[in-house]
Amino acid sequence: MIPISYFLVLSILLFILGVAAFFIKRDLITMFMAVEVMLSAANLAFIALAKAANSIDGQIIVFFIITVAAAEATVGLAIILLVFRHKKSIKSEDIKLMKG
Amino acid sequence: MGIFIFFILAILCVGSVLGMIISKNQAHNALFLILAFASLGGLFGLLDAPFIAVVQIIIYAGAIMVLFLFVIMMVNVREGIPPEKKKWTLYLSLGLAVVLVIELIFAFKGAFSLTGGAMEKSGPTDLGRVLFTEYLYPFEITSVLIIAALVGAIVLIKRRKEEE
Repeated sequence: MIPISYFLVLSILLFILGVAAFFIKRDLITMFMAVEVMLSAANLAFIALAKAANSIDGQIIVFFIITVAAAEATVGLAIILLVFRHKKSIKSEDIKLMKG
Repeated sequence: MGIFIFFILAILCVGSVLGMIISKNQAHNALFLILAFASLGGLFGLLDAPFIAVVQIIIYAGAIMVLFLFVIMMVNVREGIPPEKKKWTLYLSLGLAVVLVIELIFAFKGAFSLTGGAMEKSGPTDLGRVLFTEYLYPFEITSVLIIAALVGAIVLIKRRKEEE
């Protein structure tokens, strides 16, 4: 039987790696992928705690998180494409103005 | 046996996220992320969540990452973007990450001692029953959210008349 704490430590590690990737990388698409990594780390914590509590509610929450992540990905990628169309670049430091 | 599979999947997952940080090519980043999500699906399977494991692989590693790959194909930046030149942003972000680790460990401290037995009801049937009775309103609201995201993406990306 694998202890729940192993999964929680892995979840913390993944979340931190996602945060670090978000700050280190400079292209918008990879920064967006880092956000997905953070969401998945949260999913892992939810499922581990659902098993600890012997309840299925945690899995339902993960179901909703996956749906929200899909919606977020479509809108976010559409915005990235718009930015690329205007600026011809997807570097994060090229986007400094709110209106441009 | 279970712990062996856990360590293989955990190393695969963390390693591919590290590869995503190190690699400069966006398409490689997306492929690394697919590997990370697939191994996370395996971990969900280890935690008695077979349906979520399959959904993770089909939706995350399949659909969402294909969307990313399509956008990478349309954006098509040939040379990779080098990492940040300014050193202080890197040090600042690493310092903040360490603070966040300590904070998260304190937040999870009470949960580390938990032990999980085998889950009694975790099959797709039980999941569906709870989803369509107790969580019916959130489920319906989620469908509205998806419609809004779909329409929003189409409206955002559509070329207007004067731009052509």
